[in-house]
Amino acid sequence: MVVIGGGFAGATCARALKRLNPRLAVTLVEASRVFTACPFSNEVVAGLRELAAQQFRYDRLAGEGIALNFSEAKAVDPQGRAVMLASGAKLAYDRLVVAPGIDFRWDALPGYGEAAAEQMPHAWKAGPQTLLLRRQIAAMPDGGTVVIAVPANPYRCPPGPYERASLIAHELKTKKPKSKLLILDAKDAFSKQKLFQSGWAALYPGLIEWIALSAGGKVTSVDPSAMTLTTDFATHKADVANVIPAQKAGTIAGLAGVADQTGWCPIDPVSFASTLQPNIHVIGDAAIAGAMPKSAFAANAQAKVCAAAVAALLAGDTPTSPKLINTCYSLLAPDYGISVAGVYHPVDGKLVDVEGAGGTSPLDASADARATEAKLATGWFRTITGEVFG
Amino acid sequence: MTARLLLAALLIVVAIARANAAAQTPPPGASSCSGCHAMKKSVDTPVPRLVGRNPADIEAAMVAFRAGQRPSSVMGRIAKGFTDDEVRAIAAWYGAQKD
Repeated sequence: MVVIGGGFAGATCARALKRLNPRLAVTLVEASRVFTACPFSNEVVAGLRELAAQQFRYDRLAGEGIALNFSEAKAVDPQGRAVMLASGAKLAYDRLVVAPGIDFRWDALPGYGEAAAEQMPHAWKAGPQTLLLRRQIAAMPDGGTVVIAVPANPYRCPPGPYERASLIAHELKTKKPKSKLLILDAKDAFSKQKLFQSGWAALYPGLIEWIALSAGGKVTSVDPSAMTLTTDFATHKADVANVIPAQKAGTIAGLAGVADQTGWCPIDPVSFASTLQPNIHVIGDAAIAGAMPKSAFAANAQAKVCAAAVAALLAGDTPTSPKLINTCYSLLAPDYGISVAGVYHPVDGKLVDVEGAGGTSPLDASADARATEAKLATGWFRTITGEVFG
Repeated sequence: MTARLLLAALLIVVAIARANAAAQTPPPGASSCSGCHAMKKSVDTPVPRLVGRNPADIEAAMVAFRAGQRPSSVMGRIAKGFTDDEVRAIAAWYGAQKD
């Protein structure tokens, strides 16, 4: 078995495969020796948490007998069942799991490319970009404007931009109360919208302005040297601009031939097998997982289902139809958490919501309930990172 | 007599293998739970562990969550996605897991 990508999906899958069948030879291909987690990185942006708390190593995986190959996968030969690495090495496999997360569509927004991201950080892959955005906000004078540009669906972590807006607003309210935060959105609706908006009204009245697609929210170009973002309706000047670009499955998915014209990877919802190439499975943000959002919880859940399916297939058995859960917390302030949960199962080749299950926190919850959900969010992060890396 | 002993031994081996398989391959839904309910003891979280718990207790909790009789944050919403049989299988699997 070869697994490409050592994030929440890939690292979980490698460990689950080894646990289900200790005799399996499992190799994890990952370019970085240190993993930097995205969940809770909005707290790093807002100065509430250090980046080191987001970082994890692969020592425990190595200790369980998983072969770690710290190299970049450059190509996949589905017919020859081999992965070509940047190091020049070639890894043969019986089955391959592709879990590369996301990459950005650098050609989607005029004015915005890799160089522009040094002026207008995306901070949508945690690491140096997270710290750059944090420094820019910390250095902004009181009375400044932070602009967050949000793409259309689908993208990694649907409620993430709004959690980020909340926690930046928390910092502004505390340290620079004359400042404003503007969200320019390419959508007319978003995850946990009512909960966010009622929380903003209570916690940060007048500080956050959300401009929806239909109100001219879609950013059509940016100018990093002038620090402007242009929509069909207006040009907005920013003191700090956080541009979250449109996304696609990690580059190797396209090179392996498992991504379709949308840039994402169609899969069979029982086994997470690619519908485009034999003997390859795709999990996590890169996969088209129907109603399941692109979250770390979903990636971890998919990885365990995929591992069980792969173990069954290798033993000559038929994988059983799974059920999967997603739970996703967002923080509006350090002591104010909200959540969305869902239960999913395959129906007619797609992962769909189990009817009657799932939903968001109540709109009228008490301050105590919000504080409890903030504590549960922290507990979730410790649990999932413990399962994946600990 | 020897044949009978052999047969008995074989049946025991098969039973153990089945029990191991039940302990290993999680039933539908079970593997998602450990996203919040830590498998390991060492994790610091307010969410209770399920490993090694009495299956009847897990089952009763899920039924109460689903009926809205037990207050919760996300469990009421999640429990509604599982049938009695699914809950029973998940509870049995976690009960059979060892530290």
